[in-house]
Amino acid sequence: MNFDTLLLGVADGISYAGLLFLVSLGLTLIFGVLGVLNIAHGSLYALGGYVAASLTALAMRHAFDSTPWLFLALVMAAMLVGLAMGLLLDVLLLRYFQKRDPVIQLLVTFAVFVIFEDVQKLIWGTSPYAAGEIVSRLGTVELFAVTYTVYQIMVIPGIALASYLGLNFFLKKTLWGKQTVALTHHREVAMAMGVNVKKIGALVFVLGAMLGALGGALAVPVSSLTPGMGAEMIVVSFTVVATAGLGQITGALITSLMIGLARSLAVYLLPEIDVAMPYIIMLLVLLLRPNGLFTVAQSRRI
Amino acid sequence: MNKPLLHATNICLAFGGVVAADQIDFELHEGERLAVIGQNGAGKTTFINICTGYLQPTAGRIVFNGRDITGKTPRSIVKLGIGRSFQLPQLFSEHSVQQCLEIAAAARGGRLSWLTSLSDSVKHKEILETLELIGLREAAHEVAGELPEGHKKLLDVAMALMLHPKLIIMDEPTSGVSSQDKHGLMALVMQALDERKVTSWFVEHDVDIVSRYATRVAAWIDGKIAADGAPQQVLAHPKVQEEILGVTAC
Amino acid sequence: MKLGVFSGLVVLVLLAIGMAFPWTKTMLIIGLCYGLSALGVAIPARSGQVSFGHAMFACVAAYAVAFLARAFPQMDGVVLIVLATLTGTLFATVLGSFVVRYRGIFFGMLNLAVSMVIVALLGKLYELSGGTDGIRVQRPEFWGLVTERSEFETMLLFISCCIALLAGWFYQRFTQSATGEALGGLKSNETRLEYLGISAHHILWVGYAWSGFFVSLGGAIFALAQGLVTPEMGAWTRSGELVFIMILGGSSHALGPFVGAGVFQAVKLFASAYMAGVWQMLLGFTLLAVIALAPEGIMGAWLAYRSKSVKGARP
Repeated sequence: MNFDTLLLGVADGISYAGLLFLVSLGLTLIFGVLGVLNIAHGSLYALGGYVAASLTALAMRHAFDSTPWLFLALVMAAMLVGLAMGLLLDVLLLRYFQKRDPVIQLLVTFAVFVIFEDVQKLIWGTSPYAAGEIVSRLGTVELFAVTYTVYQIMVIPGIALASYLGLNFFLKKTLWGKQTVALTHHREVAMAMGVNVKKIGALVFVLGAMLGALGGALAVPVSSLTPGMGAEMIVVSFTVVATAGLGQITGALITSLMIGLARSLAVYLLPEIDVAMPYIIMLLVLLLRPNGLFTVAQSRRI
Repeated sequence: MNKPLLHATNICLAFGGVVAADQIDFELHEGERLAVIGQNGAGKTTFINICTGYLQPTAGRIVFNGRDITGKTPRSIVKLGIGRSFQLPQLFSEHSVQQCLEIAAAARGGRLSWLTSLSDSVKHKEILETLELIGLREAAHEVAGELPEGHKKLLDVAMALMLHPKLIIMDEPTSGVSSQDKHGLMALVMQALDERKVTSWFVEHDVDIVSRYATRVAAWIDGKIAADGAPQQVLAHPKVQEEILGVTAC
Repeated sequence: MKLGVFSGLVVLVLLAIGMAFPWTKTMLIIGLCYGLSALGVAIPARSGQVSFGHAMFACVAAYAVAFLARAFPQMDGVVLIVLATLTGTLFATVLGSFVVRYRGIFFGMLNLAVSMVIVALLGKLYELSGGTDGIRVQRPEFWGLVTERSEFETMLLFISCCIALLAGWFYQRFTQSATGEALGGLKSNETRLEYLGISAHHILWVGYAWSGFFVSLGGAIFALAQGLVTPEMGAWTRSGELVFIMILGGSSHALGPFVGAGVFQAVKLFASAYMAGVWQMLLGFTLLAVIALAPEGIMGAWLAYRSKSVKGARP
């Protein structure tokens, strides 16, 4: 195990962590504000990826094939998918199934996820899609005498970081953002003061969905799209969210990095359990801190 | 002077900057009916939570019936003989009134059955007696979550009674109940407690209820007991009048 | 008609179908396995804790069958089932001791995590477990009789039916016992439970161990029916299917999970025959429909309908 391999592992880890963070961010945002654990987020990831692949292919066929255009296609795919799915989930969960048990709501999202698994297969088939064009366009960069793709080491983490900062800014400085925070922590007071729950709820779902879809769209150039990619991503995202603590945004950033790196390094160092790394980490964390690493104390109930 | 049933010494607890319990020394004797009054946030419920094990004090000691109960869990304290009812009644909302009492009765017995049905594992007579005593006989098969507020309060007390406690602590037993029904409810509860010979300690905001049913009153202000003694005495105390009852000097 | 009697009749019908159409036997047995396992998932679910990893017990028991059958080829089939179920139950008891400290989504996730680790390990440790290809299970004897495929299936079907009836009986007794009702009480108010002197941890542990028992039972029989055990048996998607079956059938009566399993199998069969490639979608829509229209599941809706028609219109 030499230094080069280690660096490669770290680079992989950072890139994977970036994607993981985008998906987990959406997940934890939706849970933090609305109390819904959204399994369908996996579908968002997958759909984001598939739509992005189709849009970039479309763009290339119509000579919009310079890098910025392709990139725009990726982002647009995420926005579209996020908007559509976000609104769908909003209608289902915040209006139709609003008053039900959280577990029932979870199962509703599970049903939606399962439905979309087949929708993907119907629309795009089951053979893997690859669209690595953008990655090769952006070229490579050399660090410590090892070559990485610019995409992996700068674009993905960059966008992930930008999303994090953007979301923080939104929540702390904009009116809607502050209303969202108010709704999360002091629901009754916020409602009494006129915060429009329906609007904020829809906003949060769409925002969260867009982040998940963005993760999928960005994943397109670096992985091949297959049925089941949504399932894999959602389960690992859950471990990030549960390990960090539900609703913890900065916590999710740190945890994504931790789990992403652990997973990637394990591929090189401990290949027998590389797939299991996220779960092992979550198990260890929850044993010591049952509500997640970054959760603050709960208020008294009686 | 016989030994107190409950004896708390130097109980301290603070939440961040707020002092909820400020070196409290407190005694309760068997047979007493203690009413605790005070503003919201004065520390009345926090002290109850400490004495019943829901919260741990940062300092101090509590002895109940000769046993040190400081730091014990609610479960062990309950088994030693303290029953409790809550500001918001804590019931099994999906079970019937009768089933709630049956679960309480089964709990008292120690080991819960795996195969014998709930109703077969408890003494039916005892359940009926308690239902009769607390005035819920007709409502026996109603679902607890759908009861009117007064009945919920009664059930909350009844469940605590099923454990045959020596002391019952009731947090605002008449809150949420209409003014017409308050007295009726309190009379029913006190009668039941007298019959079962249970010492009572209750938090109450209604001065009429306090003067009618309490043998002793303790007034809490800002985490400390400001006055403690006979009801007429405490209710006439100037600080109590000003801070709690809202009567300002002319 | 009492539901217990009805269950007995259903079993007779299943046996009749199995005898009349021999190709259905394996399917029926597998349906019963799913039902048994869903019965297991229902127990913690009734106290509000839904596990997304319970399929791991079926997986552990199945692999126990495979290992035992490989090491002791002469071992009787019933003994295999018993020992494998004991193994799974023991594992559940050990795991349960700390997993039941968690509530809600953390309980669900922890179970998921453990199941994923097990699946990953079984997939990678090729020497021991046959990796992702799994291990074949030779048809064992039943009471000293070596059987052909068809007779074996008949015996297994018969045994499964008996086990299902017994399991259903126990589920009913357990859920109506003091422990069972206390577990139901835990769902609505854990604080009150503690304030009655009942240890929530203890009763959840008991419930969890028994749930492991039922799921293991289903897994052990499944191993014999399928003749092959793979890590897939413990995957989170399988656990999700069990939860789905439980919701579909309802957990208020032991028949529920079996009804759910039956409908689940039927939908899968129908979908794969006529609408290949969309059975997941069909299942998803069915789940949504059940959640929206019959939240207590098919059995719950049936029981509600029956009590309404018996008592007449109630204000």
